[in-house]
Amino acid sequence: MSPDPTLYATRAERSAGSGAAPMGDRRLKGTRSMKGRTRPAPRLAGVEDRRALRAVLIGLGLLVLVVWPLQDAAAAGTAQAQGAITGTSGIEVLPESTADHSKFDELEGPFANGPEVTAACLECHVNAADQIQQTKHWTWRFENPLTGQDLLGKRNVVNNFCVSTGTNWPRCTSCHVGYGWKDASFDHSQDTLVDCLVCHDTTGSYKKFPTGAGHPAYEDTTWAGKPWPAVDLVKVAQNVGRTSRETCGECHFYGGGGDAVKHGDLDSTMTNPDFALDVHMDKDGLNFRCSTCHTTGSHDVTGSRYTTQAVDRLGIDVPGHTDDTRATCESCHGVAAHDDHPKLNTHTDRIACTTCHVPEFARGGVKTKMWWDWSTAGEMNEAGKPFVVKGDDGYPLYVSKKGTFEWAENVIPEYRWFNGVIEYTQKGDTIDPADVVPINSIQGSPDDPDSRIWPFKIMRGKQPYDTGHNVLALPHLFGKDEAAYWKSFDWAKALEGGMQAEEISFSGNYDFVETEYYWPILHMVSPKEDALHCNACHTKNGRLAGMTGFYMPGRDYFPWLSWIGWGAAALTLAGVLVHGLIRIVTATRSRTPRA
Amino acid sequence: MALQSVMVFSRFERFWHWFQAVLIIALMMTGFEVNGAYEWLGYETAAQWHRWTAWVLIWLWVFAIFWHLITGEWKQYIPTPRGMVEVIRYYSVGIFDPTVSHPYKKTRLAKHNPVQRVAYSAFNILITPIIWITGLLYMFYNDWDVVGLDGGAITLAGVALVHTAAAFAMLVFFIGHVYMAGFTAKPFYGYIKSMITGYEHVEVDEPARTGAPPAE
Repeated sequence: MSPDPTLYATRAERSAGSGAAPMGDRRLKGTRSMKGRTRPAPRLAGVEDRRALRAVLIGLGLLVLVVWPLQDAAAAGTAQAQGAITGTSGIEVLPESTADHSKFDELEGPFANGPEVTAACLECHVNAADQIQQTKHWTWRFENPLTGQDLLGKRNVVNNFCVSTGTNWPRCTSCHVGYGWKDASFDHSQDTLVDCLVCHDTTGSYKKFPTGAGHPAYEDTTWAGKPWPAVDLVKVAQNVGRTSRETCGECHFYGGGGDAVKHGDLDSTMTNPDFALDVHMDKDGLNFRCSTCHTTGSHDVTGSRYTTQAVDRLGIDVPGHTDDTRATCESCHGVAAHDDHPKLNTHTDRIACTTCHVPEFARGGVKTKMWWDWSTAGEMNEAGKPFVVKGDDGYPLYVSKKGTFEWAENVIPEYRWFNGVIEYTQKGDTIDPADVVPINSIQGSPDDPDSRIWPFKIMRGKQPYDTGHNVLALPHLFGKDEAAYWKSFDWAKALEGGMQAEEISFSGNYDFVETEYYWPILHMVSPKEDALHCNACHTKNGRLAGMTGFYMPGRDYFPWLSWIGWGAAALTLAGVLVHGLIRIVTATRSRTPRA
Repeated sequence: MALQSVMVFSRFERFWHWFQAVLIIALMMTGFEVNGAYEWLGYETAAQWHRWTAWVLIWLWVFAIFWHLITGEWKQYIPTPRGMVEVIRYYSVGIFDPTVSHPYKKTRLAKHNPVQRVAYSAFNILITPIIWITGLLYMFYNDWDVVGLDGGAITLAGVALVHTAAAFAMLVFFIGHVYMAGFTAKPFYGYIKSMITGYEHVEVDEPARTGAPPAE
């Protein structure tokens, strides 16, 4: 049986891409030509012998000339390859799915809307909607067993971006894994309202319309002055597949109302990151998808902002000894991953991995929002219209609808002790407006063995609060009604409207209070060469200069002891110098003849 | 009794002395940087060299302790009050008069004067052990729980405090020693010379080696 010619083609193609292969090819040619000339040599004598010898020498010389530079090139290629971590992606040659969705009658369409697609999906994936409906992707409701706070999740929490989802549903729920959550009456038990496509699209063409309450655009329309084409539901449905950085990122990269606004370590540059931006998701290397670490069973994605796992003593997860998630570094790397640097392993009990391995966030070239001041919102230009002021880099610095912003990239995180317990300042919780109000309070201390030093993006800003009740105020921002702030620019109306359904309604008086919101930094893991070195912290004005309550060599010392110590040394030195000086003087005097 | 040039510092003793000198200088320079007194190598390099040189010094001391025990030379360091006053008076008064000579007469078996004995003993059984114990605790901070030290009265800050205090004591000793041993002989470099060559003029009790203990 003759070898399959396509196999050779594939191999050649593959090796052409590897960089080292051309050398191998040419070396082969060189060897062949040399052999061709030397083969008749043994039976020849005299002149021919010498000629053969000369041919061999010339051949060898040529070979050296050809191979020498190629070896350098190959070495350079290998070095280049070492810049990236290449995984097992070479093995994944077969289509990953056992099903070809383009061949299913159910998906031939036509589909009038998303729910019709979902109905088709559910004909085979009968449990899928039930599974999704258990998750906080669907409920937007979360109960934290550690703190007992049971009214968490997007539908409940207050933040310092657009503050609150309630009364602003259609805008906010463009990131809900469902269709039609346009007001508080949304039916969470309807299976066909689950949006399968937003997570399982592989075409990149499925996008929820920003104000569509979770629906994509079914007809051609525009958004912000740009065309927004209708989605081809049949094409998307026939091309469903695994989740990807792109599908997860569709919402998680744009949290807070735009690219890179919210997290700092998650933005659109993570769709196709290079090795320098994220060693795991490097598109040319390991090419991890989000779910590679955020392992998912029954549609429930592991890893949580509400209950961050600050330390994972389970270490490497072996089947049978696992917490069924790889959402911690330790899940793959263990608790002592620094084989060549034992001193670093003695740090992992008190330092979170990302503290050193994510030295800066917002590194992909997109700035993240660091400050959002609602108190300045509402100014109008000469024409009486809302306006936008942009900086030289194109980022908005002032928006009448939203107030004043500050942006930053390559941001050095702030560091705090953190044991994974986070308490939110919830709707109706009394605040102290004299101080900065924590949107979420992270717990931890140097004396708590479960705490480690973690890096954070701390989102700061000013937002409205109810001065009558001392609670965070919830503005009604989005809508076509008069109460909507983005329509009328009237805070009193907006807060009245935003809080009317709340237990504590608006007192009628408001002001603005500074708040801060802690975001643990976990993504954008740098190449190890870029990880922090000892000197970043073990120095007087290093990254941990502001952290107190523990002794850190290189940063801490005892000033009084230094005074005594150096004083004693100086006195000793002065003593011996004086002693020696007197000796010199007396010796000189005794040698000089007395007059 | 007669003055005679005799080998007083054996080859090992000289090796030990000078190697230890280099290590202690290196340890002080890196250690005080770790303590934050100045920036020179940077913390990472300084701390690394501090650990490495510490291990070399410990290794050297294992040999030195073995050597002193086997040879009985440790007795040279037993402090004695006899002649102490005279030696102190010499260094504080007599030394300024070139006609006055050192009151202590060295012998092969008692080569250290009473002040040296006190100073070296303090170095050997006080400063150095404190530095080592605290230094090892410092180095193995993460393993305190293994020996049941965590959660007790010992803290890293406390260990660092004692370690640094002992280091300052070492620095004071170092300055005093460099002056006394380096510049007070006649000629002034005489003691250094004997620590290099090993030979020194000492009182030799001819013909017999009585075997009497050196100090008593």
